[in-house]
Amino acid sequence: MTFEPKIVGILCNWCSYTGADLAGTARIKYAPNVRVIRVMCSGRVDPQFVLKAFADGADGVLVAGCHPGDCHYIEGNYKAMRRMALLKRLLADYGIEPERFRLEWVSASEGERWASVVNGMTEEVRRLGPARLREQTRGKSAFVA
Amino acid sequence: MAKLKLASYWAAACGGCDTAILDIHEKILDLAAAADIVLWPIATDFKYADVDAMPDGHIDVTLFHGAIRNSENKHLAKLLRAKSKTLVAFGSCAHLGGIPALANLFNKAQVFDRVYRKSPSTDNPQGVEPQPTTAVPEGKLTIPEFYDTVRPLDHVVDVDYYVPGCPPTPKQIWNVVTAIVGGQLPPRGSVVGASDKTQCDECQRKKNDKKVLGFKRIATTAPDPDTCFLEQGFICMGPVTRGGCDTRCQLSGVACRGCYGPPPGVIDQGAKAISAIASIIEAKDEAEVERIMEEIPDPLRSFNRFGIGGSLLVRKAL
Repeated sequence: MTFEPKIVGILCNWCSYTGADLAGTARIKYAPNVRVIRVMCSGRVDPQFVLKAFADGADGVLVAGCHPGDCHYIEGNYKAMRRMALLKRLLADYGIEPERFRLEWVSASEGERWASVVNGMTEEVRRLGPARLREQTRGKSAFVA
Repeated sequence: MAKLKLASYWAAACGGCDTAILDIHEKILDLAAAADIVLWPIATDFKYADVDAMPDGHIDVTLFHGAIRNSENKHLAKLLRAKSKTLVAFGSCAHLGGIPALANLFNKAQVFDRVYRKSPSTDNPQGVEPQPTTAVPEGKLTIPEFYDTVRPLDHVVDVDYYVPGCPPTPKQIWNVVTAIVGGQLPPRGSVVGASDKTQCDECQRKKNDKKVLGFKRIATTAPDPDTCFLEQGFICMGPVTRGGCDTRCQLSGVACRGCYGPPPGVIDQGAKAISAIASIIEAKDEAEVERIMEEIPDPLRSFNRFGIGGSLLVRKAL
């Protein structure tokens, strides 16, 4: 069986989620590997969400928000930009390949862009193979036995 | 009332927690009056066989320090869990993995290579490494098996209470002891001997708007003694660390390193530190953000210094 990456997408309500919705209503065909979670703003994305996704078995995490300057809440996406930049460095320290985590700006009109971001990331993660982090975190129960 | 039966055990620990218990000074006599020590390797001569011989639930309270690094640690954790009515994860190592869990950025082979071959003080031309079993003329010798991953106590057994700190402060240890003796412990699973607020709540330094354009290190720049460390651009774990230690580091002129672990509601202290510290950076340009972040040389070990073993990802990918 070929490996199908599981990617958790955390999308802001105002731009990226609407952009992904547009990709759907425009009937654009793209990889079905991203499981979308909607949050009100990319500034709402706690770095714990990303680590939790990896710890629970995600092969990749994609955070998407409004383009800089376009945030519905003025500067939530700048907070996301700074947090995710530091989080990327933490993930590197944990030995997680940089391709497994992305922060992307997708506006409400960029259905095409959303599709190409998802396709691109899915292919990159597919090449890397499964993340296998779940084994070490769930190793907790294996360790007890 | 019968005297309490108390055990204090060290697994992968430095002994600092035991020393902290002795730092309650003359109150140790009150402790001895209220409780019989049934196991305390650093101070008394009870053997593991004495623990083996106890019926289950014989010990009232075990203060377990140290992380789970090898098979002996794991065996004693399970043994003391069975023999104790209440098992307390005492200190950062038992609580979250502590300093020993920094080795989770490496595996067993890498640790052995460093310790038994590469370290400058090692002279080991034959490359001898410890083996779990060794045959000698008198029979077979065994030593504990060394694991790849250092784990906190609650990865191995159920834990009733957590006392954070590296080490817990003597004042808080005494609070915990009086709570145990008085039977006034909170619901199981609670963190005791600490406050429910963050370090910043309890820190006396002057705080204003935090806008940071770069980071400094205490090794190269002297911080102002009265102003918030973060405002001055020094990495401080205060916003994401549980209070209760009387901010002793901050009062001594060093920023909080996070040994009291995450405050209530936080699962992963390191991730939350990223949130807090990235939020105070004053930059809106991606290249500028990158440049400022580069000034934090070692995010994982800076933000999760005492908690990698208990963090969401537990260790570096194997």
